[in-house]
Amino acid sequence: MPTTRIGGRPVDVNDEGFLTVYDQWDEDLGKVLAGYAGVDELTDEHWKVIRFLRADFPARKETATLRRVSAVGGFDMKELFKLFPGKPAKKMSYIAGLPKPKGCV
Amino acid sequence: MTEILDTPIIPDFGGASAAKTGPAKPAEEAAPAASPKVEPDAVAPEPAKRKICFIASKGNLDMAYPALIMANAALGEGIETHIFFTFWGFDLVTERTMDHLKFSMLGNTAMHLPMAPKVPIPQILGSIPGVTAGTTLYMKKTLDKLEIPGIREMLDIIVASGGHLWGCKLSFDMNGLSEDDLYEGVEAVISATDFIELSEGAQIIFV
Repeated sequence: MPTTRIGGRPVDVNDEGFLTVYDQWDEDLGKVLAGYAGVDELTDEHWKVIRFLRADFPARKETATLRRVSAVGGFDMKELFKLFPGKPAKKMSYIAGLPKPKGCV
Repeated sequence: MTEILDTPIIPDFGGASAAKTGPAKPAEEAAPAASPKVEPDAVAPEPAKRKICFIASKGNLDMAYPALIMANAALGEGIETHIFFTFWGFDLVTERTMDHLKFSMLGNTAMHLPMAPKVPIPQILGSIPGVTAGTTLYMKKTLDKLEIPGIREMLDIIVASGGHLWGCKLSFDMNGLSEDDLYEGVEAVISATDFIELSEGAQIIFV
């Protein structure tokens, strides 16, 4: 597993670039990752989703799928596609410093 | 200790990363005549926008899921996605049937019990009244445990994610339906020719 320097600090990632250590992330790093993911500005709405993903992960050891973010987190699916356009599940998990979701739905 | 890479590894986010390779283009355009041999490569490969069309032709509960799950996954990857519901697949978008799809073991030679895969299950059991209701209930419970939504919710998610649903004109006429009988997410009832036109350039998956 490679280690890269992001936002001026060493960060462990997998071969695809997703962070592998939950505690290496903080909100400042999230802002840098957002830039890499093509999300230029993180609004309050973005942060709500990111904080939900962060809070949901530790107990399940698995990143919430889009459906779970919508069904359990209570976010509107259309809104999620607007906030993280293109590949929403990948983008939001990357910015939140989590693995990409494994679930099919 | 592993070496620390100074450049981050960025996952494939589609458009965003494609935009970052942009600055390389002008240099290639500047000297096209000097290197005619590499010209085919010099044309910056504009990432072809992927498009997938599913044809959902089955109305059994078990055969309803493949197209819906793959369509949902495709949308999550930013791919333009269409589903054409035809023949028995039309039941997936017909209000009076879509919540009552069934799973029958009849004709399914892959039928086995998850807890005892080697125990033979004679096909004739499937014809006993009530067995289909039982197998259907069992499948729904199993899907529910895995947090897979029902057909209606799957379709709601697909529509909210920007997917396009189309009904087949012939199936619509054969079933004697009116627009009011259709699930609201269906954009239109279209002919086979319409589907062939709209699926131009798409990857087509028949289920």
